[in-house]
Amino acid sequence: MSKNDEVILLDFWASPFAMRVKIALAEKGIKFEAREEDIMAGKSELLLNSNPLHKKVPVLLHYGKPICESAIIVSYIDEVWPFPALLPTCYYARAQARFWADFVDKKVGFHPYYSETFLNLLPTCYYARTQARFWADFVDKKLFDGGCGIWRNNGDALELGKKEFIEILQVLEGALGGDFFGGDNFGFVDTIAIPHASWFYAYEQFGGFKVEDACPKLSAWIERCLKRDSVAKSLPDPSKVYEFLCMFRKMNGLD
Amino acid sequence: MAATASEVKLLGAWPSPFVLRPRIALNIKSVEYEFLEEKFGSKSDVLLKSNPVYKKIPVLLHRDRPVCESLIIVQYIDETWTSGPSILPWDPYDRAIARFWGAYIDDKFFPSLVGIAKAEGPEAKAEALEKAKAGLELIEKAFKECSKGGEFFNGDQIGYLDIAFGCYVGWIRVTESMHGFKLFDEEKTPGLVAWSERFCTHEAVKDVMPETEKLIELLK
Repeated sequence: MSKNDEVILLDFWASPFAMRVKIALAEKGIKFEAREEDIMAGKSELLLNSNPLHKKVPVLLHYGKPICESAIIVSYIDEVWPFPALLPTCYYARAQARFWADFVDKKVGFHPYYSETFLNLLPTCYYARTQARFWADFVDKKLFDGGCGIWRNNGDALELGKKEFIEILQVLEGALGGDFFGGDNFGFVDTIAIPHASWFYAYEQFGGFKVEDACPKLSAWIERCLKRDSVAKSLPDPSKVYEFLCMFRKMNGLD
Repeated sequence: MAATASEVKLLGAWPSPFVLRPRIALNIKSVEYEFLEEKFGSKSDVLLKSNPVYKKIPVLLHRDRPVCESLIIVQYIDETWTSGPSILPWDPYDRAIARFWGAYIDDKFFPSLVGIAKAEGPEAKAEALEKAKAGLELIEKAFKECSKGGEFFNGDQIGYLDIAFGCYVGWIRVTESMHGFKLFDEEKTPGLVAWSERFCTHEAVKDVMPETEKLIELLK
């Protein structure tokens, strides 16, 4: 696949789900056209036609074929444009395995140590991919809705929402494998999770807390991610997200 | 890669549709495994230790390393045991579509099925039933598109989406029996009616699919 394939993203500037796709495309160096949906004005025909079931952004259109659901889109991007890899790949592991198989063939004959080494290379890699999928799925299930528990509420409900949100962050923090979720390299879980950080300032304002105090390691991970080009250009200014959510709260009689 | 039964363990319970998914996947790959049945109403130490985040079955233990969340387990099985038939389609776009419908089935269809049992009063029940039936019509469309004329969602062979949806067939039949109406409709979902027969009698499914009568007994 060349980097000039026709790629269109149906987008909304504040959507953390759309940000995931923008980061993935940027990490891969893929040129794309982002078409902003005006969610106040109503959904475009292209959006309604390409995602008739959910009628939501993001939608990726690749040569006109729609792919919906942000984590599924990120997996698709990772599979179609494999380098640099977001999910841990087995290319290195396979290459190592081939090296050892060749070594065994030529030099050693059958030796239980080498075949154990050979066998253990592949499962480790698939396990790492699976753990990445698990944590991306956890973020999908918990993080956005957890945040809603803060910005959609007031009073006692907001306090409870804040408590639950911090618990979710603490579980997520425990999954950090190093500088990033997968270890040394920015990858799949980081792509799925970091967009939500653009909403944290708003949650902190509404809830009267700081993510840095509750989860210092996660906070450091956020700073690290923000230093990456792909992330910095895909995430909006958190104060703009805060303004946007203030407007929503006013519209729904919360402020 | 061959695996001995002790290398692969599955924590589960026979009635759970989510547990059925990895069982079918392991059967497709001809992987032997030890099935560790969780007692209904309690959670074993092994379960709590291997799935501390959700504390739920199924959990696959491969060389003592836990894998959680049923569809994630199915993908792990597909990637790890490469000598058997592929469970996910090979084409990235077809894979994205299969994953999309898998997510729809879990996030929207399954709650609508549960909604029928939870609905109180004939009006609420009728509304819940219509919602579930509308979902099935969408899945019928998905079947036509994904199967591309084949017998299964995955084409000629059983695959990811067959597993994702097929695990609910037993509970769909229970719902039909207990509430006295048809969900699988010869007129509106003829593809799914024929597919469900093929699915339930498939080699990889028939010995692990719970019998409808036994599921009904469980609810009494």
